[in-house]
Amino acid sequence: MAMQAKELETLANELRIWMIDMLAEAKSGHPGGSLSAIDLITALFFNEMRGIDPKNLSQERDHFILSKGHAVPALYAVLAKKGFIAYEELKTLRQTGSRLQGHPDRVRLPIVEASTGSLGQGLSVAQGMAISYRMDGLSSRVYCLIGDGEIQEGQIWEAAMSAPKFQLSNLCVILDHNNGQIDGPVSQVMPIEPVQDKWKAFGWDVIQIDGHTMEQILAAYQTSRAAHEKGSKKPTLILAQTIKGKGVSFMENQIGWHGVAPSAEDARKAREELQIHSLTNSRKGGPAHG
Amino acid sequence: MAKATRQAFGESLVRLGADHPQIVVLDADLSKSTKSELFAKMFPQRFFEMGIAEANMIGTAAGMAFTGKLPFLCSFGCFLTGRYDTIRLSVAYAQADVRLVGTHAGVGIGDDGHSQMGLEDIALMRALPTMGVFQPMDARETEHLMDYLVKEWKGPAYIRLTRQNLPDLYPKDAPFRPGKLMKISETSSNPKVLCLASGATVAESVKAAQSLKAQGVSMSVWNAHCLKPFDEKTLLEIIEPVDLVITVEDHSVIGGLGTCVAEALAKTSRHPRLIKLGIQDLFGESGIAEELYEKFGISAKAIENRVKREI
Repeated sequence: MAMQAKELETLANELRIWMIDMLAEAKSGHPGGSLSAIDLITALFFNEMRGIDPKNLSQERDHFILSKGHAVPALYAVLAKKGFIAYEELKTLRQTGSRLQGHPDRVRLPIVEASTGSLGQGLSVAQGMAISYRMDGLSSRVYCLIGDGEIQEGQIWEAAMSAPKFQLSNLCVILDHNNGQIDGPVSQVMPIEPVQDKWKAFGWDVIQIDGHTMEQILAAYQTSRAAHEKGSKKPTLILAQTIKGKGVSFMENQIGWHGVAPSAEDARKAREELQIHSLTNSRKGGPAHG
Repeated sequence: MAKATRQAFGESLVRLGADHPQIVVLDADLSKSTKSELFAKMFPQRFFEMGIAEANMIGTAAGMAFTGKLPFLCSFGCFLTGRYDTIRLSVAYAQADVRLVGTHAGVGIGDDGHSQMGLEDIALMRALPTMGVFQPMDARETEHLMDYLVKEWKGPAYIRLTRQNLPDLYPKDAPFRPGKLMKISETSSNPKVLCLASGATVAESVKAAQSLKAQGVSMSVWNAHCLKPFDEKTLLEIIEPVDLVITVEDHSVIGGLGTCVAEALAKTSRHPRLIKLGIQDLFGESGIAEELYEKFGISAKAIENRVKREI
């Protein structure tokens, strides 16, 4: 049963706490871009994507590739919540011998669909999968999350040019536009605007949303799927405006939190804030199942 | 009949394509040169023209491999291996069952010059864990190798092919022993010089051995179609009786066949001297292929002269 917006918001908040705990335990990693992406990924795994039951993985299931591999705590949190990995295993993040490598590794952890971490590569892999499923007559859709700093990579634009050529309407790319990268604001490091015009000019359907508002996220996924089912020939780019560090007040829009793990004290403060969010959220929303 | 290994590759793809529907082929606007166009004509639904964008082609092939296809992706060796980071992460680290086909190996391409010559491609690919590295010496060996890479090899592999025609050397009925060094010619029962070559330089080495024989110098020639995993076991057996080992390759002497041999020899406490012929830490240049083989010291004549000087 797919979760609806209010439930997803509560769940994403819970997963934010898991990520903070994971990162604090690992003492390294990337909170900023994990927190900006978690709402988008939660909505995918708990509402949008089909056939991803760990007990019965469907051959015709949908697929997800995390091209911005440093946001992998968000992926591990979702996979743990789904039941693909045990909650206890989250504490092994980045440790010697762990399947939970610092960046996604499809060999050690096969539910991860592509090994990423050198930016710009995941979209090409997602495209190859989308072509292959179509060749096999499968209805599977492929989702790929990329970062805004990541689109400074040339390979992204090679893929941006080729996916429309192959008419991959089964490919949906989500751009986590959180405006920050390691060396500073994206607009200063290397300006990427106008993002929407660029992707449109390359032949993509572009949907612009607030990447932290569940109703908008779900609507965008539905629009992309509906276009595919109606025989559209275009891939979709969901341009999600997000906030780096979203949900933890002292991390929000702070570039310094791109790649620094919270201390035990930071984690405690963050957890407290997120728990308050969760409570307010569930009071506001009422019982999740109505 | 002399034939380029790229041509034999293209024909093998067509032959294997019929019985192996999982084969898909990708090219980056060089299908006429890599000979993947032969497959494209026969199986247009399984051929993907990716344009002049090699990195995206490599990643796309990885995604296809994860979903049950067997992609052959083709370009000049230098252009393909130049997209190293994508091969390193999306293909090798991910253990994607992808066949990277790099044509236009070495200075043997002649007039197009350095920018088109694969000269460090073996070194780059050998450095990647899980990557197999192969280089056939003629058309028949290419056919055998293609069978092996389609039916048996698992994981990523790099195949290095020539632009120029190469004479037939592989015996018609000889069984293919994948990964093994193969004796091509021996001029006496007890040669003191052992020559190892790979790809285009095998024919040059055979010619050199024949000429040396006429002058009373005995040199055996072995072919290495597999640079990784390298057949160190056979090498250590065949060096026993010899005084001099010479490697000949149309590739940098850093990281290629000569390095494979050096690494193996260094593991033994006593071993014969090693001379590495190849591109000696230099860039390639335009010219007539035969003249470039003279200039860079890997022609039959150059091999012969070097051996005479060393013994």
